Amino acid sequence: MSKLTRGFMGRSRGTRDPRLPPGQYDAGRSWPVLNAEATPKLSTADWTFSVEGLTEQPTTWTWDEIHALPPSTYDGAIHCVTTWSKFDMMFAGVSVDTLLEIARPLPTATHVMAFSHTGYTTNLPLADVTGGKAWVAWEVDGETLPVDHGGPARLLVPHLYFWKSAKWVAGLTLMDHDEPGFWERNGYHDRGDPWLEQRYQGD
Amino acid sequence: MVDPTTPSTWQTATVVRIAPETGNAKTFTLRLERPTPHRAGQHYVIRLTAPDGYTASRSYSVASAPDGSAELDFTVERLADGEVSTFLHDVAEPGDELEVRGPIGGWFVWEGETPALLIGGGSGVVPLMAMLRLARRTGRSHLVRLVVSTRSPEDLYYAAELPGPETTIVYTRTNPPDLARPAGRLVASDLPDSLDPATVAYVCGSDGFANTATDILIGSGVPASSIRVERFGPSG
Repeated sequence: MSKLTRGFMGRSRGTRDPRLPPGQYDAGRSWPVLNAEATPKLSTADWTFSVEGLTEQPTTWTWDEIHALPPSTYDGAIHCVTTWSKFDMMFAGVSVDTLLEIARPLPTATHVMAFSHTGYTTNLPLADVTGGKAWVAWEVDGETLPVDHGGPARLLVPHLYFWKSAKWVAGLTLMDHDEPGFWERNGYHDRGDPWLEQRYQGD
Repeated sequence: MVDPTTPSTWQTATVVRIAPETGNAKTFTLRLERPTPHRAGQHYVIRLTAPDGYTASRSYSVASAPDGSAELDFTVERLADGEVSTFLHDVAEPGDELEVRGPIGGWFVWEGETPALLIGGGSGVVPLMAMLRLARRTGRSHLVRLVVSTRSPEDLYYAAELPGPETTIVYTRTNPPDLARPAGRLVASDLPDSLDPATVAYVCGSDGFANTATDILIGSGVPASSIRVERFGPSG
């Protein structure tokens, strides 16, 4: 149980949005930028996305090749572990399901490590990136995804805290075990479900 | 196995002192019920709880050096619509108890043993101050260069303590009267001329500042893999 703070009433919240997970606030129109490395300058001519590791058909797509796949969109909220959430976002790209249908994970695959062109990594159970829950996204609200937000393309796993949605994503490695990625080695939770407030290791 | 970066659970901290830092920033000294060693650059989460159970929490960098003390300094900028920062500035008093959790973060930390270039904009100087204080306290100031960008002399945090042979202050709007450099944004010539190739750069500030600083570093030949960035979003 949290301990009462003398004199703290909090903001008026008679109309707290039921879409807000516990401990989150609505960032409104602003979209904070949080990343731990220098923002890279990636050209779409050089950009690739790979699915590798435990797959029958390890595959690498160029920018043009991935755009030729069936498009998919996500309309909804995103939640950052630093406590802001943002509603009514519209992302467009390709479903991770489509990529995995081509690469065909082996039955032994249970987890993925997403990796970025910057060296950033984040780990996810395979079940969290399949079944219409994850995308490689290159548009937001009808515009090209800005580089500060991970452009040319980022992973999008909106049902988990947003550090799982790796910016400047370069691919997924399928694994038969879990291992921690960048923030997960640095104190953050392995799964990161905002509705369970899985912010830090031990939550 | 206990991961050393695992933050402890919530604990109670007592406000010991509140000292003005600038017109809109105050340093809060909190005494922890269960002192936990931190590393320079780490942060804590401070959580406030209302009578109906509503909570608001925000992350704040530790400004004090790791020195075994049970008291930690947090310098907090008052944001006009910041739910937590306005409470801390306008309501909190010495003797109040707050819930805190930490220390958190294993990336934006300096262990005090390798060359470090610290570049901070505005309130972004706070975690870098912990690093500078660690360097000075352990006699390793030669490992550290700190470049701070601030609007004016009145906006400089730690004004009595920060200046020294290992620090450079860049004023973006208003200079003190005796400075040759014209007021303006951080540029490449504000950084040290030569850097030990083993240097790790720590950049902390707003989005715009962090982008400017990392562009300058990369333009000066610092590899992206040697740059660590902490951005201050609207943390309230």
